[in-house]
Amino acid sequence: MARIELDLAHAYKANPQRDEDYALLPLTMTFEDGGAYALLGPSGCGKTTMLNIMSGLLQPSQGTVKFDGRDVTRLSPQQRNIAQVFQFPVIYDTMTVAENLAFPLKNRKVPAREIQERVGRIAEMLEMSHQLDMRAAGLSADQKQKISLGRGLVRSDVSAVLFDEPLTVIDPHLKWQLRRKLKQIHHELKLTLIYVTHDQVEALTFADEVVVMTRGRAVQVGPAEALFERPAHTFVGHFIGSPGMNFLPAHHEAGQLQILNQSIDVSGERRLPPGPLTLGIRPEYLVLSATGKTDTLPAQVLRVQDIGTYLMVTCQLGDLNLKARMSPEAAAPQPGDTVHLQVLGDHTCFYQNEVLVK
Amino acid sequence: MSTTTKPVNQKAWFLVLPVIVCVAFSAILPLMTVVNYSVQDILSPDRRIFVGTEWFAAVMRDQDLHGALWRQIQFSLAVLLVEIPLGIALALSMPAQGWKASAVLVIVALSLLIPWNVVGTIWQIFGRADIGLLGYYLQQAGFNYSYTGNASHAWWTVLAMDVWHWTPLVALLAYAGLRSIPDAYYQAASIDGASKWAVFRYIQLPKMRGVLMIAVLLRFMDSFMIYTEPFVLTGGGPGSATTFLSQYLTTKAVGQFDVGPAAAFSLIYFFIILLFCFVLYNWMQSLGTTQKEASHG
Repeated sequence: MARIELDLAHAYKANPQRDEDYALLPLTMTFEDGGAYALLGPSGCGKTTMLNIMSGLLQPSQGTVKFDGRDVTRLSPQQRNIAQVFQFPVIYDTMTVAENLAFPLKNRKVPAREIQERVGRIAEMLEMSHQLDMRAAGLSADQKQKISLGRGLVRSDVSAVLFDEPLTVIDPHLKWQLRRKLKQIHHELKLTLIYVTHDQVEALTFADEVVVMTRGRAVQVGPAEALFERPAHTFVGHFIGSPGMNFLPAHHEAGQLQILNQSIDVSGERRLPPGPLTLGIRPEYLVLSATGKTDTLPAQVLRVQDIGTYLMVTCQLGDLNLKARMSPEAAAPQPGDTVHLQVLGDHTCFYQNEVLVK
Repeated sequence: MSTTTKPVNQKAWFLVLPVIVCVAFSAILPLMTVVNYSVQDILSPDRRIFVGTEWFAAVMRDQDLHGALWRQIQFSLAVLLVEIPLGIALALSMPAQGWKASAVLVIVALSLLIPWNVVGTIWQIFGRADIGLLGYYLQQAGFNYSYTGNASHAWWTVLAMDVWHWTPLVALLAYAGLRSIPDAYYQAASIDGASKWAVFRYIQLPKMRGVLMIAVLLRFMDSFMIYTEPFVLTGGGPGSATTFLSQYLTTKAVGQFDVGPAAAFSLIYFFIILLFCFVLYNWMQSLGTTQKEASHG
């Protein structure tokens, strides 16, 4: 087990000039020993690149990777003692399930008794004990992926186990079960787990700390709550949550916040820098009221959707659409109604050049 | 047949008819001619005697033919034993991508483009002691090499020629098999700490199984029917050292006009190849089914 420190950048092209040439922009990051992390971001954001650099399948074009302070930048995955699970199941066709699970240990000349004990334990955790003697080639895709997961977890001395979207091929109901299983295994084995995904639910339920990435940049690192309550970057606000945060262009000047044509006095509440700002508020915290006040914005209700456990109200404010979540018990407005939006509150965030104003 | 009142439509047979006609003219009729010859003694176009299984009985007793068959089996086995491992080794050492890969592919495929009789001629000259590159230098090295005079030299030369001509086919098939293995397998193996041998044994070889089966089948059938190359190189000699089955039969049928026994053995020849392909095919199929059974278990 190890504490992983990154201080690097990576470009697949030689001589990167602009930001777009980099798959990973220069960054420094630390993954603590024994933690459960998720790298979250849309396709092409650099999360798999970062994972492959940590595992040693890829060498960063500049900078270093350190395990427990030791520079391992030029070492192979084997020398780093990393385990990695890939998006699609990789199994050894001619071997049985047990032989597959034992393979990483056998290659490292672990004594037979220890192998048997360890394989038995992992198989039990993954609920595969009854399949140990079956040929791996004949199993279904999700069973094969369980074997891949098992091979990742079977070594007790690994520096870290890296997962590259491992549940893509798994059925939704099994996905949920396996995710819980992984969390449980994390508590039992105390391994450092790093999990790459583009699915926010997966990331937020699995990890203690989530690294949100976009366009080669890690824009925020934090627990699920922080990502939800105080997104450090407009991308985080937009990407986390369903639907994402509402954004409104605003302008601040001497305690007066100008939103569209309306001016709201914010002098007493918080310190804001002067100039153009973006106001962000989550649909969960956007309050609709029937009567207007000095700090509310009048808007038209466009749609009211019933999403089962809550109502989704879409309002039109100028050219912008804002979404609000309401409980189904509340008196729902009708499409065409005029409502007054309370956009300022404890949960409102302000952004300057996409970055949160502290 | 189902019991529902589906209208019966026999028109589809007309669509199959052209194929039946083609196959009849290209395969069934010629084969029937051979059957015809194998059960009759044809003395002249209007004097033919039905002899039943007499020709079949005769070829079963023919010692020369047994010799040719035995030589043929040995040769085909030797071809498989040399060409399959060598083809795999070649494929493993070929570059995976870039201009080098294209260049190597073209070079490797070159020998496959040469017609059989030209291959024979090339090796005939190549092996000559006076002007041939191989023959001359073997002589210079003190090795009294002569594919025309020494039976085992002739046999090994024919084998070397076949290896040179056809190993590239095995290599290309194996190469195609190797290239279809996703990178994730190699990455996983490297993370699992697998040695090069383990990667070959547990990833590359199992993934190449399908194409290697095709390679074995093709090389067996082709080498079992080998004719032109040894005919041009050695003419079957010295003695009968390199007289393989098809050449023996040709000599018998065309040279000696023993059409009856030749036809009888042609049919046996045909069934040997059919039997081998049938066994191999079923073995391949059974490899597939054991996997399917496992998934139900």
